Amino acid sequence: MATSTGVSTSTIISSKDANIYYGNFLAVRDVTIDIPKNSITAFIGPSGCGKSTVLRCFNRLNDLITSFKMRGSIHYHGQDLYSPEIDPVAVRRQIGMVFQKPNPFPKSIYDNIAFGPRLVKYRGNMDELVERSLRGAALWDEVKDKLRESGLALSGGQQQRLCIARAIAMQPDVILMDEPCAALDPISTLKVEDLLQELKEKYTIVIVTHNMQQASRASDYTAFFNVEQTERGRTGYIAECDRTEVIFQNPQQQATQAYVSGRFG
Amino acid sequence: MAVSPNRELEPMKRDRTPFARNLDTAFVWLTGGFAGLIALLLIAIAVRVGVDASPAMAKFGLGFLFESRWNPVTDVYSAFPQIYGTLVSSFLALFLAVPIGLGVAIFLSEDFIPAKIQRPVVFLIELLAAIPSVVYGLWGIFVLIPILRDLGKGIHQSLGWLPLFSTSPSGPGMYVAGIILGIMILPIITAIARDALVAVPIELRQAAYGLGATRWETILQIIVPAAFSGIVGGIMLALGRAMGETMAVTMVIGNANKANISLFDQGSTVSSLLANQFAEASGLQVASLMYAAIVLFVLTLIVNILAQVVVKRVNRI
Ligand SMILES: Nc1ncnc2c1ncn2[C@@H]1O[C@H](COP(=O)(O)OP(=O)(O)O)[C@@H](O)[C@H]1O
Ligand SMILES: [Mg+2]
Repeated sequence: MATSTGVSTSTIISSKDANIYYGNFLAVRDVTIDIPKNSITAFIGPSGCGKSTVLRCFNRLNDLITSFKMRGSIHYHGQDLYSPEIDPVAVRRQIGMVFQKPNPFPKSIYDNIAFGPRLVKYRGNMDELVERSLRGAALWDEVKDKLRESGLALSGGQQQRLCIARAIAMQPDVILMDEPCAALDPISTLKVEDLLQELKEKYTIVIVTHNMQQASRASDYTAFFNVEQTERGRTGYIAECDRTEVIFQNPQQQATQAYVSGRFG
Repeated sequence: MAVSPNRELEPMKRDRTPFARNLDTAFVWLTGGFAGLIALLLIAIAVRVGVDASPAMAKFGLGFLFESRWNPVTDVYSAFPQIYGTLVSSFLALFLAVPIGLGVAIFLSEDFIPAKIQRPVVFLIELLAAIPSVVYGLWGIFVLIPILRDLGKGIHQSLGWLPLFSTSPSGPGMYVAGIILGIMILPIITAIARDALVAVPIELRQAAYGLGATRWETILQIIVPAAFSGIVGGIMLALGRAMGETMAVTMVIGNANKANISLFDQGSTVSSLLANQFAEASGLQVASLMYAAIVLFVLTLIVNILAQVVVKRVNRI
């Protein structure tokens, strides 16, 4: 598989020959990819090719699914994420996640942000942390007068930025985003994209998107996932992975070319 | 235009017969009538009980609620011990059944055991609610009381200095009623609380796990609060059931006309009073029983209103 060339940055997550199963079904095979630090990596590809599955492996959220199994290795800062000594709860505190559907807790805006820090008994000034996180998610000005109101009372775009703020409040290392703009209107989508550029200064971001413009506009690296029918079902794999300009302008594979130009399912 | 307006509109015209439309109207009236009938029935019962109770209400006033005489010979009645017994036995039942029921509900809403075992267990619990209360009563007399009496004696000996345990148990009593009621309402609480917990969107669970919450933190801080109104609803339904339960309670509470702080003492409830006295009552005694029934009615109403207030309070955030 092609690895990133050009600007060399250190690798933060490194997956090697990962095969991911649900029960006996091989959902994704041979995932080998390096996620460079302080960059935005986009996962693109047709539905059902395993983008979410791979993403959820990076913070061990798949552990919640009883039939889930992984073979191969995923390293984070050189540590094997799936070694028995690793506590998945601790992993998720460092590798945050934003989901496709905005999912604020049915609590106040303030308590949504404070939830994570309270779990780790955050000792600093909570008010400051809440403000900093909301500013970081470009939401502060819109909600600063109603921090005690329910997070559910916000618009869809605001809710999604609240979820991003909630992830930031944990001061994570990596933020995984699974189609964060899929449920948002175009203006909210642009706001989130602008936000991504700011966030990559501090965090490493992996984002799944179905929006080609978003991938080409916002990301530094792009992995194109494809899926093939085998006798054991539809198995996804990473067809091509490179700098975003290369994937969009000069891809090595026909399927990639077809997908990014919109001539693909 | 080439297309005639007539042909354009044709498919949108009503083509249902007047008969079909009349049937619709009739159906609306029919269902509306049924709904109204239920309200009417409730009002009719309340009015009838109120009218029948009025001689006693006029004679005893609010003193009925605070005094402990029930004397058909002198024709003086008041129902404090029964009101007290209703509240104590019901809350004792809640005290036992809420933690256990909620715990079981949480256990059965998580994936601790395989779905193949879980489903039959849920079914068995719901089946508990289908046991007739007279069976619970019999079981209370022949199985529970002998066990509890010895247990109770032990508790009285070691903790007798506490007012709650200050008398020696003699078989039936408030504590047996509370425990039987607790067992009877357990399936209600469990089934409703489990439904409420299962209905919490999976997205909230993922959000909490994604922030590094453990399973317990997720359950206690996210899932249970999100299911709170459903859980309270189940508890209130259970409390209503406990306050109104007659047969099983009458069989095990001892039916003594006294309000003693000790749970081991015998007592009675409003519904056990009604069950015991109604057959032979006449005159003012019937009116007093009706009065007691109204008190029970109002008590349940207050409990339900309180529950609504609690749920609204919590849901505002
Ligand atoms: N919890 C699960 N249990 C079983 N199969 C699953 C589960 N989640 C996803 N899959 C399967 O894994 C494959 C990849 O799914 P997913 O990662 O959601 O794809 P994508 O995000 O690229 O659309 C699909 O075939 C899907 O049906
Ligand atoms: Mg997906």
